[in-house]
Amino acid sequence: MGYTIIEKILKHNTGVCDIKAGDIVTTNVDRVMIHDIFIPFVADKFEEMGFTKLWDPDKVVLIYDHLVPASQVDDTRHFRKGNEFAEKYGMKNVHRSDGICHQLMTEAGYVKPGDVVFGTDSHTTTYGCVGAFSSGIGYTEMASILGTGQLWVKVPQTIKVTINGELPANVTSKDIILRLIGDLRADGATYQALEFTGDTVKNMTVASRMTMANMAIEAGAKCALFTPDEKTAEYCEIELNDFQKSLVGDPDAVYARELTYQAEDLVPVLACPSQVDNIKPVKELVGTKIDQVFIGSCTNGRLEDLQKAAAVLKGKKVAPFVKLIVTPASRKIYRQALADGTLEILSDAGAIITHPGCGLCCGRTGGILSDGERVVATNNRNFLGRMGTSKVEIFLASPVTAAACAVAGEIMEG
Amino acid sequence: MGKLFRFHNDVDTDQIIASQYLLFPTIDEMKTYTFESLDPDFSKKAKPGDFVVACENFGCGSSREQAPAVLKALGIKAVIAKSFARIFYRNAINIGLPVIVCKDLYDHVQDQDEMELDLEAGTIVSGGQTFTCTKLPAKMQSILDQGGLIASLNKED
Repeated sequence: MGYTIIEKILKHNTGVCDIKAGDIVTTNVDRVMIHDIFIPFVADKFEEMGFTKLWDPDKVVLIYDHLVPASQVDDTRHFRKGNEFAEKYGMKNVHRSDGICHQLMTEAGYVKPGDVVFGTDSHTTTYGCVGAFSSGIGYTEMASILGTGQLWVKVPQTIKVTINGELPANVTSKDIILRLIGDLRADGATYQALEFTGDTVKNMTVASRMTMANMAIEAGAKCALFTPDEKTAEYCEIELNDFQKSLVGDPDAVYARELTYQAEDLVPVLACPSQVDNIKPVKELVGTKIDQVFIGSCTNGRLEDLQKAAAVLKGKKVAPFVKLIVTPASRKIYRQALADGTLEILSDAGAIITHPGCGLCCGRTGGILSDGERVVATNNRNFLGRMGTSKVEIFLASPVTAAACAVAGEIMEG
Repeated sequence: MGKLFRFHNDVDTDQIIASQYLLFPTIDEMKTYTFESLDPDFSKKAKPGDFVVACENFGCGSSREQAPAVLKALGIKAVIAKSFARIFYRNAINIGLPVIVCKDLYDHVQDQDEMELDLEAGTIVSGGQTFTCTKLPAKMQSILDQGGLIASLNKED
């Protein structure tokens, strides 16, 4: 009997030979990520559990991103607690203003193909872009990993998603994952892994894969996995070892479900208020007036996303009364976009360019909206009250669609 | 016997406790804002021993453990739904809040109905009807029985 990618990773990690979906196994954790919102709670629980040292300080990464720079006086308490904890327990991997956690974990080399990684954030699924098993957990479980280095998990069943063919010019990996979430629904992959394959996926950049892995949680998935390949190796600056090369779903592996898409059939889509699975083609909503556009986040704040937006906005102006806010996902991306002229094009078009961070996506540190306003945004959630009041309408889209909307002042295809 | 508060499909963690309240230093300060966008008076109406009943995918969205924590702090005895989102489910068990999958209850009760839960037998009685719940995996039942992950870890020591 063959194995799925997640079964292969957990088999390798736990040493349990005959592993299968449904088994409960104890993993040896390769890396953990804690961000600024939850560090005070993790620190308290860690001490409440009676631990006196971290199982391996080098494997713990602390990232300040949701609250940077502080917009309310209470925010600074989180930085103080984080700094105290890092110093007390000898942590060196602390990022205080380098960018969004899910960007930094792979960008800064903390996650490699085949790793088992947990983070105190639901979008920890992102690292599946390089073939790692990564998933979100709460602060109590994080505290227990910090002390023990282990976490039990149920080996998930896998949904295999195959995408073949060439995407139309105005369709991106964001449109693929939104379409998939619409088809699976918000709970369609709960407790399960998503495994992506097909030549569209093989031809995709790691950055585009990140967008898809990032949003797997919006269908309830525990993780999302892409087979590591030469692009992964280049991105991670490693040579793939035999184990990492083996991370492909076997032809005789058992899948819970299989879905197949033809890239040429896909169209630009939007997740409409206020559920991520409320997917409609952009064409059906053309003409809907908007107040703001946001391009950024751990879903779509990478260099290629900013470049795609710039290609649409070059030589054009953002519509009057519409605010376009652009947030690069990390300092590295900010500098790359500065060096290659992307930020200049965006700024010329009228964009407000902010510091890297999570601010807008979770309605913190600026850019919030009020009752009756509409925003087209490239992030991953359009829940009620996420970007301002609960009467703000949030439409999720690709950077191409978002940029076209910014120029038109209304919903428009890119 | 407790009162039940009935919610729909896909109740997300932002609806249970919105992001802006996560910055309060304690769960007790946050709990007043539980379900604020769905029912601003929830925290005043809910009494210790009451229940939350929902349809599919309760607790979807973020990993915030404050979501089950505010429910527990308000004295909610258990959350009963047709299905739960994965992270919420684990978090609830880890802090000792019973989360129970029951496929039939939701369709047969109204908001504010009275109900009784027998956790050990895995049954719920409401309006003269008895409903059977799905059993927890042994690993999770053991954590819950000991009052959550901290108690469970301390016991292992």
